[in-house]
Amino acid sequence: MSSFLDNCSSYLFRNKHILFLIFLLPPLLWLGIIYLGSLLVFLFHSLFYLDGFTGKIVYKISLSTITELFTSAANIDILIRTVVLAACVSIGAALIGFPIAYYMAKFTSPKMKIFFYLAIMLPLWSSYLVRVYSWKLILAKEGIINWFFTKLHLNWLLDLVLSIPVIGGPSLSISYIGMFLVFTYIWLPFMILPIQASLERVPNSLINASYDLGASKRQTFYKVILPLALPGIAAGSIFTFSLTLGDYIIPYIIGTSKFFIGQAVYTHQGTAGNIPLAAAFSLVPIAVMTAYIYFAKKLGAFNAL
Amino acid sequence: MKTALKITNIQKRYGDVAALDQVDIEIFDGEFFSLLGPSGSGKTTCLKVIAGFEVPDSGTIHLFDEDVSSIPPFKRDVNTVFQDYALFPHMNVRENVGYSLKIKKVPKSDQERLIEEILQKVKLEGYDSRKPSELSGGQRQRVALARSLINKPKVLLLDEPLGALDLKLREQMQFELKSLQRQFEITFVYVTHDQQEAMSMSDRIAIFNEGRIEQIDTPINIYNKPKSAFVADFIGTTSIISKNDALSYFNYPSSFSIRPEFVMINQSENLDFNLSAKISDIQFQGSLYKLLLEKDSILINAYYYPNSSNSINLEIGESINLSWDKINITDLNE
Repeated sequence: MSSFLDNCSSYLFRNKHILFLIFLLPPLLWLGIIYLGSLLVFLFHSLFYLDGFTGKIVYKISLSTITELFTSAANIDILIRTVVLAACVSIGAALIGFPIAYYMAKFTSPKMKIFFYLAIMLPLWSSYLVRVYSWKLILAKEGIINWFFTKLHLNWLLDLVLSIPVIGGPSLSISYIGMFLVFTYIWLPFMILPIQASLERVPNSLINASYDLGASKRQTFYKVILPLALPGIAAGSIFTFSLTLGDYIIPYIIGTSKFFIGQAVYTHQGTAGNIPLAAAFSLVPIAVMTAYIYFAKKLGAFNAL
Repeated sequence: MKTALKITNIQKRYGDVAALDQVDIEIFDGEFFSLLGPSGSGKTTCLKVIAGFEVPDSGTIHLFDEDVSSIPPFKRDVNTVFQDYALFPHMNVRENVGYSLKIKKVPKSDQERLIEEILQKVKLEGYDSRKPSELSGGQRQRVALARSLINKPKVLLLDEPLGALDLKLREQMQFELKSLQRQFEITFVYVTHDQQEAMSMSDRIAIFNEGRIEQIDTPINIYNKPKSAFVADFIGTTSIISKNDALSYFNYPSSFSIRPEFVMINQSENLDFNLSAKISDIQFQGSLYKLLLEKDSILINAYYYPNSSNSINLEIGESINLSWDKINITDLNE
């Protein structure tokens, strides 16, 4: 018996590809069928359409659902609103995340670094819903931010900000500003960690070399540090951008009655039973992300990889 | 001779450890000057202080009579070749070499010409559009040199620049570095832990030990007239005889060292020092044998050339007579 097992193990040692196959087949099947397969089946539904009279899905290939998505003004509004917010959130998260990531990568002691990792990850360990609802309370008219501004007699400032058309609203908790704040807060760890990892890989000698060759701190930042951190920023923004594109809970809890892609998908595939349109909506984040990564690559965001 | 670089009474501590302790060095214009010492001896810290990456706790640095102690590295007229070359990975060879020209906003046409010139000097024509990751170790080394030399700095600092290269390439680069130094007529300050490298290339050497300078002298004097037991032991091979042993075995009043090439084996004529010792180790080196000999607490290194007339029985435990002349020993004050 044991000699049989011995033979098996020697055989597998000599034929590594069979060993690979045995180990990789289950996860590959999982990835292929559960992940990609179901996604493709779902997206394929965007080629079907809803019979306007019976309300039933017609299983015939047609571009009518996709045409509907891009011709209805209401739908286009949803798409633009979502993509613009996702872009703003990514930029905001990068601006807040970069200094923290830089400090972590270059100036902290190993112990301090662990503290930072914990501080950044800790919010992720608590419920996403609890955190979003807390923000609702913080941002509400009766919330702490309003209270704070009132105490400082700066109410007029808050009102001024909220009176800005489009991004303002009756209170922070019912405005794009509030949504931006909450999205930026929620996805910030996904921006900090990749940037930190990319900066960690920049040896200090490169920064010294730049000074040595006459570059000031500012020039060194723009010519050496930023280009080398760009893959990290790109990776981080891929997270923040795609996560914002697909989220439906934050727009539902914080913000106005105006829909975002996630909410549109949720209602169309749920109560409305319009799975083809829901599928068509889900195509958009995939297309936007593909285009984003393509242009990021073209602009050289991954050159330093 | 004009003084290129003068550092005076430099002190640098990291916590409880003195990385540099009262370091004084004067380096002359056009000199090839090496900072040599074991790892952790302070030689790299000293280089960083000269470059401006480290700020000393006290002391001054003068560059051609100008006090640069408080001038940041990007305004100092020195350039550094880093141990890991520190080439910018997102730039090609041309962009790396031209980096400082671009920073200084040198006109485009001049940039092109200067880059062509320097690439030719370091024999890298045709490589200008390659990325550092597409170059071999030796080529990266040349790019790093070209990038620093294009500035025509007054002083070039080199931090173990050949450490990562294999032996053959290292020997070749030693010649090229010397010839580049002659061509550009600039002062080289060269950090190394490789004594052969320091001895063969330098005009003068400063020997570092635990943050202090043990001796500054020409390679010949460092080898022949070491000022301390540390230098005698660190440079080349030598045998150090303690004061007690010197008194009791040779009736000599002080501790001394003797190089193996001056130790005669089974010499018939009587020399100033004589000792009968047992072979305790034999190493075959090709043209010669390295012998380690033992007599009580005394250890002596000696070379044996197999073609010599007085052939000996090469076996561990074999007793042989050693002798050397007084003129070949170095007195050590312990």
